[in-house]
This record gives sequence, C-alpha cells and structure tokens, in this order.
Amino acid sequence: MPPNSRPGDAVFANVERVNAELFTLTYGAIVRQLLTDFEEVDEVNKQLDTMGYNIGIRLIDDFLAKANITRCSDFRETAETIAKVGFKMFLGVTGSVANWNADGTECSLILDDNPLVDFVELPETCQGLYYCNILCGVIRGALEMVSMRTEVKFVKDILRGDDAYEMRLKLLEQVPEEYPYKDDD
Amino acid sequence: MAREVAESCIDSVNLELVHTYCMRLHPTKPELAARRIEAIGFQVGLQLAERYTKERPRFADHLEAIKFICKDFWAEVFKKQIDNLKTNHRGVFVLQDNRFRWLTRVSLDAPTTSNGSASGESTQATSARASQAAGQYLYFPCGLIRGALTNFGVACAVSAEVSTLPACSFIVRIKV
Repeated sequence: MPPNSRPGDAVFANVERVNAELFTLTYGAIVRQLLTDFEEVDEVNKQLDTMGYNIGIRLIDDFLAKANITRCSDFRETAETIAKVGFKMFLGVTGSVANWNADGTECSLILDDNPLVDFVELPETCQGLYYCNILCGVIRGALEMVSMRTEVKFVKDILRGDDAYEMRLKLLEQVPEEYPYKDDD
Repeated sequence: MAREVAESCIDSVNLELVHTYCMRLHPTKPELAARRIEAIGFQVGLQLAERYTKERPRFADHLEAIKFICKDFWAEVFKKQIDNLKTNHRGVFVLQDNRFRWLTRVSLDAPTTSNGSASGESTQATSARASQAAGQYLYFPCGLIRGALTNFGVACAVSAEVSTLPACSFIVRIKV
C-alpha cells in the first residue's frame, strides 16, 4: 500500500467539509461566465490557470498546516504527496502518479474521479476547453511557494472523450530559498 | 452520502472569483464586476434551489418561499439558519445572519491615529469601512438568493448590508 494514502484520508476527515454540489455548481457557473465574457476558449483556459495559480499560492499554507507531513525528499515524493494527500484533503478524491521520465523530473498525475466535473458535459462549441484547468494552476502555484518551478497541463480529459483526467507535471527548476538578508551582516 | 469537498475549496474559489472580477478583469468598473459576480451567484442559486425542492410542492406565497431560504436553503449552503427575518409587509424582507460564514475571514484593519494608537471610531465610520471591505464578497450570495427565489417564481432584487463583521443583512425587494 502506498505510504501516504492513509494520511490523506485522516486529514480529509479532520477538515471542515461542505456539500460538493455548491462547489461543483459554483465552478461551473464561473466557467460558463468566463466563456460568455471571453468567447475564445484558449483565453478561458488561461484565465482558469491564473485563477488556479492565485489559489494555489495560498492553499499551500493551508495544506502544510493541516496535512502533517514531513518535507518531501525528492520530486517523486512531492508528486505522490500531491496525488495521495493533496487531492484527498481538498477534493476528497485520491489520485495516482505514473509515467515517470528517466530523470524523475516529469510524471503524470491521474484522477479517475473529480468533483469539479459532476453533471458536466462540454458542448460542441467548447471543444478546446480544458474544463479543469484551474487544477493545473493550483498545483503550479502551490509548488512555486515551496521552491519548485513547474509546468502543469492536461493531456487527458474525460470531458473530451478520454478515459481519465491526466495532468503532466514537469519540474523545470528547483529554486533555492532566498533570504531577504545576508547572514554575515 | 452526498459527495463532500473541503470547505477551503469553496472559500478559495469565492475569494478568487472576487479578485478576478473586481481586481483583474474590471478594476475600473466595479458595477460591471458586481453584475458579473451576481450573475454567477444567480446561476448557482437557480440550480441549487431546483435540487433542494425536488420533492416539495409549490410554495403557497412569497413568505413561504422566503422562509424556505432562511431555514432549509441557508442550512444546506451555510450550515446554519438565518438568525432574524424582518418584513415591512409591503414586499421588503431583511434576512439577517449574525455570523455569515463567508465573511468570517474578512477583517478590518484597526484605524490608527497619527501617534499610532487605535482611535475611538464612531460606529458609523466602522460600518462604512466594513461595507467597503466586505461588500465585494456579498455579490455572490446576493445572486444566490435572487436565483433561488427566481426559481420559486418570486421576482426580486437583492442587496446586502454590513454593519459589524461578520454579521450582515440581505435585503430582498419583491418586484410587483
């Protein structure tokens, strides 16, 4: 059994939870409104990513405060933690990690189940839309706050006919922590 | 058992909704931002109301619909009921929530005088500052109420007022 799957369940049980319906419908209404305001599907994808990023840079504090995990020793552990603890703690669903590249700097985060998309169907006019793009931004923003610059994008989307939600997570750079003052001053 | 997500998801999305529309997309047009956010709330309110009243018969009158909002709807969405309902019996209802869930994380910076100590501020000034700080976060819940009532056949306009955080009032004006 993967080492982190039970901590995820325990954390989720301890946070304040709400009916997912409100969340699903709110997100859906936001996407709908963005599509009306922007018309260009690519622009909406970008807006969702930006919104996600802004959420992620704050959500990481919430996560670190509640998840009670130790510092991840490498990127592999980071990815596993996102999939098993992160997704579980917030969305109530557990993801999995697969398709690592040779360096261990790129992998896939896979979700079979996703509360964002309950009751959602994409119409013909929105075929280029990555409905859950907000998740990419959230992961990117959260990881940036813990010194990792990454690129996250969807490669598989059930709403577009694939069999799962798969995000490709790529580590671009590990940025060493900068202190605002020098030690010897 | 209905599906659940962490409450911080809803909080984050709400916060980001306000930031996106009020600060990124329409920083110079607060009215437009307010209308967009309210429209999003309206959509959600409409859909939630439909789901929460699937098994119920129609409401007998406006008051019944408003009472449903105060008790069942509020309980489903905010895990508590409206604390106080007032009406002038002429189509205006005031729904007061003494601890509105989505405002519990909004705080006001304490006003300071030039020598740094907190000044004794009049309640009017505090409530003006509270309105300003919290106002943007209330467009969505106003839309929620308006959408739900519209689903019940009650055409109305909804606005909100904040005097002391985290208490706020929603004012429903029935359209004849």
